[in-house]
Amino acid sequence: MPKPTRSRGLIAAAAAAPLLLLAACGGGDGGGGTGDGGVTELHVLDYYNTDPNKSAWQGVLDGCADEIGVSLNRETVPGNDLIAKVLQMSSSRTLPDVLMLDNPEVQQIADSGALAPLSQFGLDPGGITEEVLAASTYDGELYALQPVTNTIALFYNTAMLEEAGVEPPTTWDELKAAAATLTEGDRYGMALSAINTYEGTWQFLPFMWSNGGDEADIATPEVAGALQLWKDLLDAGSMSQSVVTWSQGDVADQFSGGNAAMMINGPWNFGTLEAVEGLNYGIVPIPVPEAGGTTVSPFGGEAWAVPQTGDEARMEKAAEFVQCLVGEEAVVAAAVGTNTVPTDPALAPDVIAQVPSLESFAVQVPDLRSRTGKLGAEWPAQATAIYEAVQNALVGGMSPEDALDQAQNG
Amino acid sequence: MAESRSVATATGPSGGLAPPRPGRRRRRPVARHRVVQAAFLVPAIVYMLLFFGYPVVKNLVMGFQEYTTRTFYTGEAPWVGLANYATAISDPVFDRALLNTGLFTVGSIAGQFTIGLLIALFFHKRFLLSGVLRSLLLLPWLIPMIAASAVWRWILDTDNGVLNRTLGLLPFVDGRPAWLTSTSLALVAVIVVNIWLGIPFNATILYGGLQEIPEELYEAGSLDGATGARAFWCITWPQLRGVVTVVLVLGVVYTLKVLDVILGLTNGGPANATQTISTFSYHMSFREFDFGVGAALGNILVVISLVFAVVYLRVNRRAVDE
Repeated sequence: MPKPTRSRGLIAAAAAAPLLLLAACGGGDGGGGTGDGGVTELHVLDYYNTDPNKSAWQGVLDGCADEIGVSLNRETVPGNDLIAKVLQMSSSRTLPDVLMLDNPEVQQIADSGALAPLSQFGLDPGGITEEVLAASTYDGELYALQPVTNTIALFYNTAMLEEAGVEPPTTWDELKAAAATLTEGDRYGMALSAINTYEGTWQFLPFMWSNGGDEADIATPEVAGALQLWKDLLDAGSMSQSVVTWSQGDVADQFSGGNAAMMINGPWNFGTLEAVEGLNYGIVPIPVPEAGGTTVSPFGGEAWAVPQTGDEARMEKAAEFVQCLVGEEAVVAAAVGTNTVPTDPALAPDVIAQVPSLESFAVQVPDLRSRTGKLGAEWPAQATAIYEAVQNALVGGMSPEDALDQAQNG
Repeated sequence: MAESRSVATATGPSGGLAPPRPGRRRRRPVARHRVVQAAFLVPAIVYMLLFFGYPVVKNLVMGFQEYTTRTFYTGEAPWVGLANYATAISDPVFDRALLNTGLFTVGSIAGQFTIGLLIALFFHKRFLLSGVLRSLLLLPWLIPMIAASAVWRWILDTDNGVLNRTLGLLPFVDGRPAWLTSTSLALVAVIVVNIWLGIPFNATILYGGLQEIPEELYEAGSLDGATGARAFWCITWPQLRGVVTVVLVLGVVYTLKVLDVILGLTNGGPANATQTISTFSYHMSFREFDFGVGAALGNILVVISLVFAVVYLRVNRRAVDE
C-alpha cells in the first residue's frame, strides 16, 4: 500500500510546482547601472517597429551611440502598445534610459513624474521651433527633444486634375469646386479621414486652425465654419460617407487605388504611393478659407526623453545621447530616412536637397502648431470631443454648431 | 463555489485512484489524507485568487480611485468615492452606450440562438456529408477576430464592398446602404457580424442537447400522432429547456462584454452609434487614460453580468440536482 501514497504525494507536489515557479519569477533586477562614469550601455525604447523607419532610426541611433561611446539595447514595440508599456515600466521601475514618445503624449507622461526635466542636464534645444518645444514642455520644464516632424497636406492625382482641367486648390471655395468637378462615376474628388479616433481630430485641426478656431473652445463660429466645409464636401457627394471610418492608411489606399482624386495625408505614405505603378501626384498645402491666408497645421512626430531611472550616471549619459539625436547629422539622416522634416527650419534645405518632395511640408514648419501646447494633459479629452463633434455633424444628423456646442458644453 | 466543486471532482479521477473511503479498509491517518487533498486544491485556489480574484477586486477598488497615468509612477491613487461613477453616468455617451449594450445583446442573442437552433435541428437529421458540413460551421470560431473584422469591413464597405456591389446588381435595389457609416445601420451591421460569430457556439451546444433526447420519445410521439412541428413543441423543446437556458445565459454574459468585434468594425462609431459600455470603458481607460472612470464602467458591466451569472448558477444547480 505505500506505493499509491507516494505517487499521490508526488502528483500533489507536481501540481503545486508551477506555483513555486510563479513565485520565483516575481523579482527581476531593476537597474543595470555599472556605477559612476562607467556607463557602457543604454536601453532605448521606441515604436519605430516597421521598415523603413525601423532601420533608418537604427542607423541614426547607432551613429549617436558611437559618438558618445556606448552600446545600445534597443527595444521596439507597436505604436499602440507604447503607452501601456511605459505605464507598466513606470510601476515596475524598469523604465528605459532613453524613451521615445509621440509628441502629444509627452506632457501626459511628464505629468506622471516618470520623466526627468532636461534642464538638469543642461541640454540645448538649438533652433527647434517654439511650438515644437511647447509640446515637450510641461509646467515650465522641458522634458523631451524632438528632432524631426511631419504634418499633413493636400495630395492630388496629377493626371486626374489635368484631365478635368482643374488647378490644385488653394482656398476652400476652390477646394469645393475642384472636388465636385473631379467626382465622377465611382471616383470621389476628395478623401480624408474623419474617423472616430485621434487621427480624425488630427486631420480636422488644419481646417479649424486655419479658420481661426482654437482647441480650447470649439463652440465657436470659426470651428463651425471648418466643420461646415467638411459637411458641404460630404453633402455634395464629393467625398464618400466612408470617411467616418477611414483611417489615414485607408485614405491612402483610396487615393492610390484611383478612387479619390485628392486626399489629405502625410509624407509617411511616400513609400506606399511610389510603389503604385503609373501614379503621379503633387502636394500642396491644405487650402485656406480665403486667398492669402496661412495654413496652420498640427505637427506630428516623436520626441526623445530621459526617464527617471534613479541612476544619475546613466541619466547623464542618456541626456548626452538625446542631445546627439537633435544634432545636425542625426536630424538630416532621420529626416531623409523616414520622410520627415527637421524641427529646426535651418536644417531643412539640406533635407529638401535630398528629398525634394518634402518641400511642401518643410515650408510649413515655422507655422506648425502643437496639439498639446495649450491643453497639456487635458488634450485627450478635448481631442475626443472634436472627433465626436465632427462625426455628429457629418453622419449624426446634427448641424455643425449644435454638434460643437454639445461637444464643448456637454 | 460551483467552480471549486467541479475542480475537486475533476482532479480526483486524474489521480487514477478510487475515491478514498476512510474506515472501509485500514488506511493511513485521515489528517494526512486531508493534506493531500488540500495540496490538490491549492493550485486551483491560488490560480483563481491570482487571476480571477485579484483583477476583480483591483478593478472594484480602482472604480473608487483617481487612477491616472500618474498613479503608475507614484503609486498614489487618491480615494474619490463615487466621483468616477458620477462622471461615467453623467457623460452624455453613457445613456447611448447603455441602450446600445441592451440592443446589441438582445439582437445578437436572438439571432444567434434562432439560427443556431435551426442549424442544430437541421444537422440532427443525419445526411450525406453532414459531419463535414457541421465541422465547417465552426469556422467563424477559428478565425482570429481581428482578421474577421477586417474582412467584414471590406464586405460591408459602402462604395466598394461585396455586399453593396451585389445588391447593386439586383433590379429592385436603389442606392447603397451605408452599413458601417450611417448611424441608423451601423448597430445593425455590428449585430449581424456578432451573430455570425456566435452561431457556432449556439449550434454546437444545442446540437449536443438534441443528441441527449432519447429516440424512443419521438417513436412514442409519432405513434400518438406527434410529428413535425408538434414533435418539436411537445418533445424537443421541453427536453431541451435546460440546455437552452444555459446557452442563453452564457450568451448574454459573453455578449455584454464584447469588445473586439465592435472595435474592429466601427470603434464605437459613427457618432457613437455603436458605442457600448465595454467600448466606452476601453476608451476611457486606454485612450483618455482615466482608468478610474474606465474601471467604474467595467464594474457596472460586471454587476449586470452578475445578475445573469446568478441565474445561470441557479439553473445549473437545478439541472445537476435533477
